Amino acid sequence: MSINDYKGVLVFVEQRFNEIQNVSLELLGKGRKIADELGVGVTAVVPGSDISKHAQLLIEYGADKVMLYDNKALELYTTEPYTQVVVKAINEEKPEVVLFGATSIGRDLAPRVSARLQTGLTADCTSLDISEDRLLMMTRPAFGGNIMATIVSPEHRPQMSTVRPGVMTKMEREPGRKGEVVNAKIALEKNNQFVEVVSFEKEVGTKMDIQEATVLVSGGRGIGSADGFEILDGLAKELNGLVSASRAAVDIGWMPHDRQVGQTGKTVRPNLYIACGISGAIQHVAGMEESDLIIAINKDKDAPIFEIADLGIVGEVQKVLPIVIEEIKKINAAKVIEN
Amino acid sequence: MKIVVCIKQVPDTNEVKLDPKTGTLIRDGVPSIINPDDKAGLEAALRLKDEFGAHITVITMGPPQAKIALQEAYAMGADRVILLTDRVFAGADTLATSTTIASALKKLEYDLVITGRQAIDGDTAQVGPQIAEHLSLPQISYVSKFDHKGDHAIVKRTFEDGFQTIKVKYPCLITALAELNEARYMSVAGVVDANRSLEIETWSFSDIDAAPEKMGLKGSPTKVKKSFTKGVKQAGKVIEGTPKEVATALVDKLQEKFII
Amino acid sequence: MQFILSNEDLMMRDLFRKFTENEVEPIAAEVDENEEFPVETVKKMTKLGMLGIPYPREYGGAGGTYWQYINFVEELACACATTSVVVSAHTSLCASPIYEFGTEEQKKKYLIPLAKGEKLGAFGLTEPNAGTDAAGQQTTAVRDGDYYILNGSKIFITNAGYADVYIVMAMTDRAKGLKGISAFIVEKEFEGFSVGKKEKKMGIRGSSTCELIFEDCKVPAENLLGSEGKGFKIAMMTLDGGRIGIAAQALGIAQGAYNEAVKYVKERKQFGRSIAAFQNTQFQIADMKTKIEAARFMVYSAAYKKQLKQPYAQDAAMAKLMAAEVAMEVTTKAVQLFGGYGYTREYPVERMMRDAKITEIYEGTSEVQRMVISASELK
Repeated sequence: MSINDYKGVLVFVEQRFNEIQNVSLELLGKGRKIADELGVGVTAVVPGSDISKHAQLLIEYGADKVMLYDNKALELYTTEPYTQVVVKAINEEKPEVVLFGATSIGRDLAPRVSARLQTGLTADCTSLDISEDRLLMMTRPAFGGNIMATIVSPEHRPQMSTVRPGVMTKMEREPGRKGEVVNAKIALEKNNQFVEVVSFEKEVGTKMDIQEATVLVSGGRGIGSADGFEILDGLAKELNGLVSASRAAVDIGWMPHDRQVGQTGKTVRPNLYIACGISGAIQHVAGMEESDLIIAINKDKDAPIFEIADLGIVGEVQKVLPIVIEEIKKINAAKVIEN
Repeated sequence: MKIVVCIKQVPDTNEVKLDPKTGTLIRDGVPSIINPDDKAGLEAALRLKDEFGAHITVITMGPPQAKIALQEAYAMGADRVILLTDRVFAGADTLATSTTIASALKKLEYDLVITGRQAIDGDTAQVGPQIAEHLSLPQISYVSKFDHKGDHAIVKRTFEDGFQTIKVKYPCLITALAELNEARYMSVAGVVDANRSLEIETWSFSDIDAAPEKMGLKGSPTKVKKSFTKGVKQAGKVIEGTPKEVATALVDKLQEKFII
Repeated sequence: MQFILSNEDLMMRDLFRKFTENEVEPIAAEVDENEEFPVETVKKMTKLGMLGIPYPREYGGAGGTYWQYINFVEELACACATTSVVVSAHTSLCASPIYEFGTEEQKKKYLIPLAKGEKLGAFGLTEPNAGTDAAGQQTTAVRDGDYYILNGSKIFITNAGYADVYIVMAMTDRAKGLKGISAFIVEKEFEGFSVGKKEKKMGIRGSSTCELIFEDCKVPAENLLGSEGKGFKIAMMTLDGGRIGIAAQALGIAQGAYNEAVKYVKERKQFGRSIAAFQNTQFQIADMKTKIEAARFMVYSAAYKKQLKQPYAQDAAMAKLMAAEVAMEVTTKAVQLFGGYGYTREYPVERMMRDAKITEIYEGTSEVQRMVISASELK
């Protein structure tokens, strides 16, 4: 069959502990846009156990068809059974585009599927577009984020990609939206590639090492007191980060030494460093200047920290942060699935 | 126990800088290293060797310069090293790469195949699972703990919000996370031997059984249409305003960068 | 003369740099501040074969080259002079004379564990009244059956207290002067041997520098190194080699201070621009760099000559004289470039300046080096 026989967009819907993951709704939103551009439908493939309750939600978020693979053996994610399900769905549906979340499940499953189908796969995309000749243009960062590359799969179908969570936007939920729900059957084929899940445990973030944190909210002398760090802690919690401090704040005793960033403390390189009330003495800057994104809040508009910050905010930490936290809470609340 | 570790030589992307004028990557003088996740995989193999005894083969696909990575692996304690190099292999995407490496692995004996989760230059995390598929091996990716138990292993597989403990029988493939362990240094004697007595086996296309149309650029379903840099880091903007205004600007920045 | 680093040399340097960066540099300030002998670092070096780099495998060594050993000392000293002198005293002053002058039995018994790093070594020549003038040795060794009985004391002994094996010089025949000195291999467990008070020093504060005390210390006769009366020659030849180690240490200290200075002057802003933009800074940096490179060539030249078994005593003395003076000059300049910060312990340059001074003093002062250098010119 020719590649033109492949039609439609297929989205792998990921559930963990039988909760639909946000990224899957984002993919349905993006998939919807792509499908409309291509003039085709969106199919959601859901492996799991006791999952029929999710069907309407997926339709309301953009799926035209939901294929439920409800099977006790699919309750927990493992590679081989899920591969069998997705490969079967693809072989039956013949979609031109298949999207997975670039999560630890999607990035385990998608390459396995691509190799079984002998088709291309582009990892961790941050943007998807359709070209004039109907190709999926998959753009992704490479080289440690230093360059962006746009990838196409001109002669192989389906065109598959894993998509970075949090990048695509969900479509506005359309209550009562109609779609087809299929209780798909699969006879899992037992083979040597099955593994046994002994346990699956939820883990709350306990990493306390500031060098491991991807987000650091850091305070300096400008915080004014040990109690002043509470608001930093509040922001760090919202961003899944940790609180760190400058030498000044540590020397005064507001924060323990293991949280100190700088020449005599630790060198950190988080994705986001928010410097609050830190002037930016060079012994501090030496320990954090490699951070990907630096935001500085300081009431002194001539503070040297602004010279290295990507975004500098002239203002009082104790006044600005509560509003920031409130805003982030609003945004996060909007992300939570309403079921 | 026979272990094959697949490694990749990568430019140390921490050392890559953008030309502030042109915004292009400066690759000159960037040191080449063993990909960190792969090095953790090698270390895991070396620990199994220390504890239970094992024969470790390290294989890499790349240009002839990649032999340095193999020398390093040998100096750390690997027993045999193989360089897969041929023009036919060049320009491969992940599928073609995995096809080539899997074809080479079919020539080797193994109970355990270890790859890194992902390479820091490509960040795809695809080659390991694809090799497993070509070899019909069970795969456990994102491994942060590995316990050998005779004919099977008990493995900790991490997820964003938790972890699975998995029992997997040999032969199998795991993809290692850098946090699996802290890789050892080369030993001084190892460096000496890697340079004076080690013979690096070099395998070309003719040494593996694979269809040429499945390898290299030709065998790659995906093509790079264009690549571009995100541009020079702008001098930071400093804004003033009411607490509400500046807080909104901050939140906007976080959204723009996909942090929230 | 050529200095082209082989792939092996480059890999070795890479290993030494990473080791220094990860294992040595992070604790260097602490080692200095607390006068703490780097016991854990020594264990790590043992595991990697770093305490016997230039010795053959059959004697427990790693089978590397002399240059590689020297480079290791240099790289360590970039971050921590203390750690570098532990290695250099062990390798150059203890393992080396056993390798050069020991019997096969002595090599088997002592060199193998030393080169493997299972045992740590030290060297004892200096006495309260016999520093630069080695002929003033008061420590005596009297033959008594199968033993020599040693009496006396040694001072300023690097690694003392932590070392298991000591090369000790003692007078077996005072009437013969320098030719009456003999060398002995002394184990720390030998009866009558003890370690005395520890010095409080200006620099290399983590290294252990103590007195050795011999009170009717019984040393088996087979532990005589070389033959009776050869001690002074052994000591002098050992120090020739040791000087290359100290020269490498000085070179490393200078390089370390220079690296810190370059980083700092690019970051530090005064009068609205980085101080690297000022011509004074640029000229200082140029002078520092030039002198370090000159010293490096001399150190490597001496190391290669020794490696190639060519005469190197004068080269070693010149290298040490030069490198030590460069270290003093460069570290002083670095502190000056750092200004007030340079004088504080917030930054490592003040430590490096304190550490640099010893390289002009031990294993032959700069004055002794000048004597050695000119002696072969004016004979």
